[in-house]
Amino acid sequence: MKKITKYVLVDILRNKIVIGYTIFLFLISLSVFNLEDSSSKGLLSLLNIILIIVPLVSVIFSTIYIYNSAEFIELLVSQPLKRKQLWASLFTGLAGSLTFSFFIGIGIPVLLYAASATGYIMIIMGLLLTVIFVAIALLAAVIARDKAKGIGFAIFLWLYFSLLFDGLILFILFQFQEYPLEKFMVVAAALNPIDLSRIMVLLKMDTSALMGYTGAVFRDFFGSNTGFIIAVAILFSWVVTVFWLSLRRFQKKDL
Amino acid sequence: MIIASNVTKQFGRLKALNNVSVTCNKGECIALIGPNGSGKTTFIKCILGMVVPDSGFITFNGKNIIHDWKYRRHIGYMPQIGRYPDNMTIGQVFKMMKDIRSESTENKFDESLIRYFGLDQMLQKRMRTLSGGTRQKVSASLAFLFDPDVLILDEPTAGLDPVASETLKEKIKSEKEKGKLILITSHILSELDELITQVIYMQEGNIQFHKKLSELQKDTGEQKLSKVIASVMSKK
Repeated sequence: MKKITKYVLVDILRNKIVIGYTIFLFLISLSVFNLEDSSSKGLLSLLNIILIIVPLVSVIFSTIYIYNSAEFIELLVSQPLKRKQLWASLFTGLAGSLTFSFFIGIGIPVLLYAASATGYIMIIMGLLLTVIFVAIALLAAVIARDKAKGIGFAIFLWLYFSLLFDGLILFILFQFQEYPLEKFMVVAAALNPIDLSRIMVLLKMDTSALMGYTGAVFRDFFGSNTGFIIAVAILFSWVVTVFWLSLRRFQKKDL
Repeated sequence: MIIASNVTKQFGRLKALNNVSVTCNKGECIALIGPNGSGKTTFIKCILGMVVPDSGFITFNGKNIIHDWKYRRHIGYMPQIGRYPDNMTIGQVFKMMKDIRSESTENKFDESLIRYFGLDQMLQKRMRTLSGGTRQKVSASLAFLFDPDVLILDEPTAGLDPVASETLKEKIKSEKEKGKLILITSHILSELDELITQVIYMQEGNIQFHKKLSELQKDTGEQKLSKVIASVMSKK
């Protein structure tokens, strides 16, 4: 498995898009920290980049990469290799290189300018989001045989997690505003990795007072150390579940 | 060596394989013949585990291939259309394949075809710049590179020039004499005459017959494979 991961990693790290993505993230974080007078304001601006751009780039790049390596996958499937290993290597290679560029592009500037608890949590959340969206991309790519369909599906999933899901939650909140929905909100947050990461970072930023009573419930649940561990565990289970689903399909796929 | 039992595969409505049962043994050289779309390639891909059958199973040396992936180290496969990563050079492809399969064959490589085809002169060329014929040469060299016990060749000579095609045939012959199992599909029947010992004829996902060539020659009274097949088909 190591050998294939090595080939995938070398291939991706030489890719111009990944290099460009790293430089883009690095420049944005530098400019954000230099423009804002306090580092916490800079973090807040960076948060939106992490929650929108990072998942989008991860999901689209990974989907296209999987489709472009169709020949490579076909070649290797007829060789004495386990399909599970092949798929796991592709996943490791993609997740490894994209988290690497995230760490260089955002992690290092944050560590330099805003090495606080909020900064650390933001880096962790960004890394986890990258891995989750790579897994989502693999799932989209294995479900759809057609490239255009697969990329469309991946973009739709990103749109769902970053916009549509919040819309749905707002709709439900307004429809059922007479009922106590705070507990439901905690569960709903776990169903969307982007929301969960946003909540985790905002809670550390002390802006949760702005989120009203639900914010207090979140603070109660996710604000403690146990809450943090639970949140990270939920994000990890996102990675594992989505990857497992894609693996199960890949093992039965006809090439 | 390879036993397929009641293998069935359906693609949507199309039944690509219908209850296919075949036994292939060491030392045999089998021609898989049939019209386009008769399921030959699907059957080969089933043996390689690239296509998973809907029902039925295939065993390799007595082991079911679903549970055992290592059996593929004994197979050299030459696909009908070889597709390789575009931005790798020929040399890199060979190096990568050797790297991946190195544990299975104690670094003993059969590089004769690479030399015969003159591929060692152009190891720096990128795969996307290659012509169809050169690609076929790469595929063929890869299939023979690891000196496998079983060779599966899907239309090996399609797209090759006469010289290369003759080289490849000589190579197949010499491997056959070493007692390997060889499975060939081809539409050019005249080319198979001197190579094969058995014939499998497929049509619409069914196996019509699986017989020794000598038996078929006796039944029909013809010597040439193309004539034999024509006479068998006209009788039906």
